[in-house]
Amino acid sequence: MLENIRLSFQGIWSHKMRSFLTMLGIIIGIASIISIASTIKGTNEQIKNNLIGSGNNTLSVMIYTQGYEYHIDSWSKAPAGFCEVTDEVCEQIRELDSVENVTRYNERQYSESIFYKNTSLQNTSVRSIDTDYFETVGYTIRTGRNFIDSDYENFRKVLILDKTAADNIFANENPIGKTIEISGKPFTVVGVVDQTKKFTPNINNVEDYYTYANTDALGYIFMPKASWPIVYEYDEPENVIVKAVSVDDMEDAGKKVEDILNATIASYQTEYKYKADDVLQRAQKLQDMSAATNNQLIWIASISLLVGGIGVMNIMLVSVTERTNEIGLKKAIGARKGSILGQFLTEAAVLTSIGGVIGVASGIGMAQVINKVSGVAVSIDVVISGIAVVFSMLIGIVFGLLPSIKAANLDPIEALRRE
Amino acid sequence: MILKLEHIYKDYIQGKMTVPVLKDVCLNVEQGEYVAIMGPSGSGKSTLMNIVGCLDRPTSGSYELTGRNVLALNERQLADVRLHNIGFVFQNFQLLPRMTALDNVALPLIYAGVRKRARRAKAKEALIRVGLEDRVMFKPTQLSGGQKQRVAIARAMVNKPDILLADEPTGALDSKSSKQVMELFQKLNDEGVTVIMITHDSGIAGYAKRVVTIFDGELAEQKGETEQ
Repeated sequence: MLENIRLSFQGIWSHKMRSFLTMLGIIIGIASIISIASTIKGTNEQIKNNLIGSGNNTLSVMIYTQGYEYHIDSWSKAPAGFCEVTDEVCEQIRELDSVENVTRYNERQYSESIFYKNTSLQNTSVRSIDTDYFETVGYTIRTGRNFIDSDYENFRKVLILDKTAADNIFANENPIGKTIEISGKPFTVVGVVDQTKKFTPNINNVEDYYTYANTDALGYIFMPKASWPIVYEYDEPENVIVKAVSVDDMEDAGKKVEDILNATIASYQTEYKYKADDVLQRAQKLQDMSAATNNQLIWIASISLLVGGIGVMNIMLVSVTERTNEIGLKKAIGARKGSILGQFLTEAAVLTSIGGVIGVASGIGMAQVINKVSGVAVSIDVVISGIAVVFSMLIGIVFGLLPSIKAANLDPIEALRRE
Repeated sequence: MILKLEHIYKDYIQGKMTVPVLKDVCLNVEQGEYVAIMGPSGSGKSTLMNIVGCLDRPTSGSYELTGRNVLALNERQLADVRLHNIGFVFQNFQLLPRMTALDNVALPLIYAGVRKRARRAKAKEALIRVGLEDRVMFKPTQLSGGQKQRVAIARAMVNKPDILLADEPTGALDSKSSKQVMELFQKLNDEGVTVIMITHDSGIAGYAKRVVTIFDGELAEQKGETEQ
């Protein structure tokens, strides 16, 4: 077998030009498939990244009513008699295999009662948060300090702004120590946070903008969870943010957390339900749309592989005719049919495998060119590249079979008589 | 008795006609003999050679090689007989042009499943035996006709066959090279190798210890000339 492979390389090398031309069909076919597959994978990863964000595996599980995300804002009051998510429930969630951590928050959007000096900060969202919120969601302190335990114990009226809100409200001033009024109560800004991993969705066109662009343009104001009832109410429904162990665990984590939280409110709430953000599902839908068109391209590229395979068969048939003498001799000196068959099959398989390897290499090259020229995201799939090489080897075996059988069945007497 | 052919008939079908090529051929060869089968072209000597070499089957008759009825063997077994029991030498050498002399000689060893290292050693040994130790890594195009035929003989001998079967071994050689090849056959025969040689040249046939003639598919022993 090894000997056959060595001889095949020798044969291919001694007919460099012919071998290359034979491989060309395979090379072009494999290269097209690899570059298309890379584009599909790249696009998919981009979609997923755009939706998941910075990739820290967090997802929100929020209260929904009648299928819509439920926001408590200036116009709608919190539903009566809602229990908060207790520490015990959080502990129960943390015990899930797919969950790394969970953190709670309350949120108000479009609150009319937030002011800095005389400016209304109506479009800034307010959140009350757990101590581990920043760490779980992926924020780091830029200036000032984080909330500390005594802030919670003493119900201190302190605030931390995210960078967007800080820039928006204070522009060039230092926000630390400034006072913001919420529902008539003065709160002191103690820190500014920013996302640990900066993430901007890759937006290539208008559709992307509507799909991915963030709507929280005016930023967030955070206060300790304990201080929330000073300005709002005690029993407002709480949302949670779950950090999954990995991206692949997100869906599972979301489902399980939904169930746990819904169980806590099931006895008294039917109108409201907790529902996890289904980013992966949304990503899947978008990916399916982009893949559908590209899959057709793969079929077209496969046709060139078929043509390439027929080319290999043709050359192998010529090669068998050319080497009739050699085959006759080998049979005369004791080669079995199987040895001859093996020799020619190996040769075809080696030829197309080399074609496959060159094809994968040029496909990767083509993908990079596509990326540079059109800006489409590409990502090389090692598994698909491997499959492509194995597949081209199979093409060699399938299309080499007929010529090899022909060679194996040559009558040695006839074969030797020919010069 | 190393080779025993009895009442061999071989017919070829040409259209609706049956052409008899071999008629009642009987030939016994003892271990260590040196036999020349001589006859003009069209006499059926190549057909006989193919039958003896297990490349072809007779229409009827019996053939025993080293006491084994080879006509009962299947194609795979016949390949093994050609591999281990018979060494072929052809008129036009039949060397593979892309391979070195060493690789050409080592070729049958591949089919015999000999490992690479042992293969090279055995092939080299065979080349030394035919006096080509200084041409081991040469390709056939770099060798003279006589040298090519000696490489071919080394290849035929490398698996230590029972019979060396030569078909017009000097047909493509000049008289000097022919003489060298004949001396080599003589030497191998002296070492105990059974040689069967087919030729149309009575001069060449004269090197053999025993000459049989074939004419129109019929074999005849040529007494008298066998002992010179």
